[in-house]
Amino acid sequence: MKKLSERRRHPLAALVVLLFALAATGGLYTAFAPADKAQADSTAQSLAIEEGKKLYEVGCASCHGTGGKGSSDGPSLVGVGAAAVDFQVGTGRMPASTSQQAQVEKKKNIYSQAQIDQLAAYIASLGAGPAKPTKDEYSPEGADVAKGGELFRTNCSQCHNFTGKGGALTNGKFAPSLEGVAPKHIYEAMQTGPQNMPSFPDTTLTSKNKQDIIAYLKAVDGDETTNPGGLELGGLGPVSEGLFAWIFGLGALIAVAIWVAARTAKAKKS
Amino acid sequence: MSSQDIPEEKLPAERDQEHGAHEALAVADEENPFADPGLPPHEHRRQDVDEKAARHSERTVALLFTLSMLATVGFIASYVAISPDKSIYVFPLGHLSALNFALGLTLGVALFAIGAGAVHWARTLMSDVEIADERHPIEAPPETRSKVLADFKQGAKESALGRRKLIRNTMFGALTLVPLSGLMLLRDLGPLPHTKLRHTAWAKGKLLVNMNTNEPIRPSDVAVGSLTFAKPEGLEEHDEEFQTEIAKAALMIVRLQPENIKDKQELDWSHEGIVAYSKICTHVGCPISLYEQQTHHVLCPCHQSTFDLSDGARVIFGPAGHPLPQLRIGVSEDGYLEALGDFAEPVGPAFWERG
Repeated sequence: MKKLSERRRHPLAALVVLLFALAATGGLYTAFAPADKAQADSTAQSLAIEEGKKLYEVGCASCHGTGGKGSSDGPSLVGVGAAAVDFQVGTGRMPASTSQQAQVEKKKNIYSQAQIDQLAAYIASLGAGPAKPTKDEYSPEGADVAKGGELFRTNCSQCHNFTGKGGALTNGKFAPSLEGVAPKHIYEAMQTGPQNMPSFPDTTLTSKNKQDIIAYLKAVDGDETTNPGGLELGGLGPVSEGLFAWIFGLGALIAVAIWVAARTAKAKKS
Repeated sequence: MSSQDIPEEKLPAERDQEHGAHEALAVADEENPFADPGLPPHEHRRQDVDEKAARHSERTVALLFTLSMLATVGFIASYVAISPDKSIYVFPLGHLSALNFALGLTLGVALFAIGAGAVHWARTLMSDVEIADERHPIEAPPETRSKVLADFKQGAKESALGRRKLIRNTMFGALTLVPLSGLMLLRDLGPLPHTKLRHTAWAKGKLLVNMNTNEPIRPSDVAVGSLTFAKPEGLEEHDEEFQTEIAKAALMIVRLQPENIKDKQELDWSHEGIVAYSKICTHVGCPISLYEQQTHHVLCPCHQSTFDLSDGARVIFGPAGHPLPQLRIGVSEDGYLEALGDFAEPVGPAFWERG
């Protein structure tokens, strides 16, 4: 240190200081310049893709193949988009335990939302597909419930029943009940068409249309939905209602008829 | 006449003796193995012999009637006091309208209590003595019959029907013609549909319009695996004939990979893998659109008829007798999907003259 301080009056000292100053300014500039921020973002993005790739290789690659190219056990994921990943993993359908069942069912989700986002970023990087919807897109706030009902009955009710209670399809497949499904997941399902459900891209059913449908489902099938008569019996229509009327309605009438005609208690036992 | 309706021996005063008589009859011997056993001896109820029990029954009946009155008051009070918008949670029934629940409950109690009170009254306090009512001949006594016949003859004579032929003949004419009005109304069962069942609103050059957005469809709008419902251009929901026309013209549009289409004609009638099929089941005409995008099967919810859209909509399961009719489509000059004609065969269920 003594030697350095002794040389502070050296003719080249000014030059060294100048070089240091220039390097510091340049360094600060590169650190804080806007262009660099973009680079920092893309670093975060590539980091997410990198993390997503690792998660993919552990949890998904055994069926969907390396690089999402698909195998005999699972379809290719190139071009399915982030929305499909968010739906499939977010509802716990993926990872599936086996590809040998009629239909992969909803179960407990084992990934955190951050991990799902990383997986989605990786899958989206394999090929362009529908992106994850924003809250503004899927939130039912201010949507037209009546229009949503009309659209639901035209496009969805054939499989999911007119109030979203679900229904049977062929060979053990079924359309699941939409009760308690998050608006985001309903939106993503319409957008991407999971499993045997056909997709309803924005060209078929606009973003606003989807919002209307979500609002309708919230109105007829929400936690607080009031059924004016009560006892909706699964909301399946005349079949369950008829069965109830035949068994319990007629049963009650028969019980009353038996009571009316029953032997009255006699004064002495015969 | 009244003494004839109720034979004297059945009047209440003689009842107990009659019971005794029946008991005597009830012995079956060899000559008469199926003797009328008569009525069993009458047994008294507790209320018949115990005045305390009778008073208790009386109070029970009165209590039920009072309960009915209170319930009716409750019905009126609920109607006045409860807002139709109020919702409550009732255990097995779920969230329901408080007003409906209160009205139903109170009216139900009011009606049930009246019935229950009346039944309890009849069972415990009104007389429960069994009465046998013997049948009497249906035939009227001879003097009644001769009186009716004489009255009829006199009436016929006084109306002079046989003498005034003009009146008689015109009356017969009027009575004969009147039923014709009824026969005329049967015409409303027709007219025959002629060729209506064979044609729909689709025609050459009609654009395919998306049912949801009411916009014509471009081939790029239809993704593989998606499902779109279409109606013919120019058919609007407020049209008077909309329901009649859409019932035949309803169309579903799906896109397959062209190499997945097995049927040659289906491929020829498609556009870049986009195929358009009738949405009406060929069994009994249910709207059918339970489309499974991975198997390309369409299931009818009514009777489980299943059609394979990748193979000319062939019936692969269920009672349907024909494949779904396919609409031949192409692209218009402006780049929209258009029909290249009507369906080649009648849509919907088979009918007698379908051939």
